[in-house]
Amino acid sequence: MLLLKLFFSFIQVGLFSVGGGYAAIPLIQEQIVNIHELMTLEEFSDLITVAEMTPGPISINSATFVGMRIAGIPGVLLCTIGCIIPSFCICLTLAHFYYKYRSVSGVQVVLGAMRPAVVALIASAGASILMLGLFQAELQEIVLGNIRFVELGIFIVALFLLRKFKMNAITIILGSGVVGTVIYALMGAI
Amino acid sequence: MKKDYSKLWILFKSMFILSACTFGGGFVIVSLMKKKYVEELKWLEEEEMLDVTAITQSAPGPLPVNASVIIGYRICGVVGSLTAILGTILPPMVIISIISLFYEQFRTNPYIATALQVMRAGVAAVIFDVVINLAGNVVKTRRILYIAMMIIAFIATYLLDVSAMLVIFTCLGIGLLDLAVTLSKKKGTVA
Repeated sequence: MLLLKLFFSFIQVGLFSVGGGYAAIPLIQEQIVNIHELMTLEEFSDLITVAEMTPGPISINSATFVGMRIAGIPGVLLCTIGCIIPSFCICLTLAHFYYKYRSVSGVQVVLGAMRPAVVALIASAGASILMLGLFQAELQEIVLGNIRFVELGIFIVALFLLRKFKMNAITIILGSGVVGTVIYALMGAI
Repeated sequence: MKKDYSKLWILFKSMFILSACTFGGGFVIVSLMKKKYVEELKWLEEEEMLDVTAITQSAPGPLPVNASVIIGYRICGVVGSLTAILGTILPPMVIISIISLFYEQFRTNPYIATALQVMRAGVAAVIFDVVINLAGNVVKTRRILYIAMMIIAFIATYLLDVSAMLVIFTCLGIGLLDLAVTLSKKKGTVA
């Protein structure tokens, strides 16, 4: 019964988390901590920290973590599958209609107006991550004097390598992590 | 749509690697998908990738999973969707299952914390690289409306904290108005 409860909880999380990973966190908290009392609030905040520190979507990370803590591997499978079932059904339907009608000229006009917005959204995500990287702070709390020069240097070199030499993006991401950690370790800052 | 099952393995492998190496939110993986599927493999057009992003952002659920469903469907129908989803969810499932067993040590390890902090600089560089190309193409349309919408949408989301959903739906509304204007102009020339 516990497994079924988890499964249905995560279907709801998947269905109602509109607008990215962070929207899912309060929903998971509601289901797991408040309604079913499967975790304490403290365990839950550990979960969020770990979900943010590891690659992959936050809701999948949380589903896996909750599933593992509560019911082991079967829990992992059921929570994750529950979490993606709504996405799968809804996006498959949307994809079907998109590819059926996207060449219609009227649809092209409407889609054309949405594309600049998507570019802006990606740029905005990039700017937030850059500020977090350079200042370890959100935009409102930035103090210019606190700029972290190691991160600034890595950003400039990485962007140069990407633009000039078309270097692989994943190499850049992992490489910047390794190089930066080594620099901080050599500086004795860790 | 032509289905090409020979692409399934590359699809799975690409999604797996992207998912395993993506730190940060959904737009990070969208940037990486754009590089992979538009620039490298040339499976998708750039505009198509932007449309897919708009759709994934408006649907419920994790953005990378939503994008996988649509891109997978495009490449190989429902089988492609399932393949792409599997590639996307396997890495976090495996990584988190292992880490959940000793997350206390993981969470407090100073080297991991530092690596994650500096990695943001690299992630930001990747997103900027993609954005420079995308924004350049919006400017190249030479439509003042599009350029203005891009700038206003950026200010709204980044400086004013307006939600991504609201921005997309507002632009959908503007797009419908634009369509109405275009159609009425056409009518005018006929009459």
